[in-house]
Amino acid sequence: MKKIAIASGKGGTGKTTLSLMLSQLLSKDKKVRLLDSDVENPDCHLLLDVVEQKSREINVFKPLIDLEKCTFCGKCQEVCEFNCLLVMPKDVMYFKELCHPCRGCLLVCPEGAISEGERKVGYLHTGKINENFYFDYAIMDVGEARANPLIEELKEGIVGDEDYVIIDAPPGANCPMVEAVRDSDYTVLVTEPTPFGLYDLKIAVGVLGELGLKCGIVINRSEEDDGIIEDYAESAGLEIIAKIPFSREFASLYSKGIIEENFFPGLADDLLEFFS
Amino acid sequence: MKVAVTAAGGSLSAQVAPNFGRCEYFMIVDTDTMKFEPVKNPAASMMGGAGPVAAKLIKDKGAQVLLTGVVGPNAQGALQQYGIEVLTGVTGTVKEAVENYAKK
Repeated sequence: MKKIAIASGKGGTGKTTLSLMLSQLLSKDKKVRLLDSDVENPDCHLLLDVVEQKSREINVFKPLIDLEKCTFCGKCQEVCEFNCLLVMPKDVMYFKELCHPCRGCLLVCPEGAISEGERKVGYLHTGKINENFYFDYAIMDVGEARANPLIEELKEGIVGDEDYVIIDAPPGANCPMVEAVRDSDYTVLVTEPTPFGLYDLKIAVGVLGELGLKCGIVINRSEEDDGIIEDYAESAGLEIIAKIPFSREFASLYSKGIIEENFFPGLADDLLEFFS
Repeated sequence: MKVAVTAAGGSLSAQVAPNFGRCEYFMIVDTDTMKFEPVKNPAASMMGGAGPVAAKLIKDKGAQVLLTGVVGPNAQGALQQYGIEVLTGVTGTVKEAVENYAKK
């Protein structure tokens, strides 16, 4: 099994477009699972015809505090790196949006006053497009602050018999992006030939370097001169895997929810050759 | 009575800081004697949860009243539990803020 993450520094560069094209191309004769890990704003499902789907809640740990047993010693507050517990004289306040949830409070409580509870943070949807193309996505509840537990749960759904797992990563170079790409065999960074595209690409390359992950570049909205990205790729020793040409017709089809994986024959060949 | 004022610096002439949880200093001022103690706010640089930590700090310093600009929702809950009176929208210097409060 090959795990390929599709990431970018800048948002809106074409991660979902590439993820869907690649999944459609590879699933013609291989088993593919696509994970939409942009749980704050998933969109792959809008562009796919999901034929069979199951949904369930995603829950995370929360401390249940028994005030009868609690002596208000404050040890749980001390151990919490994220200040999500505040021990008052006769109460313990819990700030759920700060909780990471590490269970440190559960471990240190000398009175056994804290027990395992859970709270819902979103939904997981698992489905398939056809016999070769499986697709899972998660949606985080409004008001939640941490995407990582949902991305972790999403990755739990990898069965192991897939030939390819394609992970459509969230934009940026922050914790959710790291969670999405961290165990991938290869990460594709999608960018565009603009100063903004280059700036955020460099940040993403830096993050992947820290993680020790292999990566290559796909240039989207490519026109005659992609020198701004090509010069950087050469100096950084990064491969440009493929280019998605700028096309009004392609954009128009996409806006209607149509992803034609063979729209650019050269692109399809480049992608298949690189990933097969 | 002890009043806590969020301050941009460690003196009575410092401006009232607009945010509670992440202000640089708390000035703990005794309204009867105008004696004051500047307390550097360790919560200012915390990753998250600054508000409740700051609330505990001023409670431990004996403040019964807080004068500040705005208070976040988490801090609000903690301050309420501690029984600290909260006055928001306060501007000017720390000295002016305390004097105006004492006049009421």
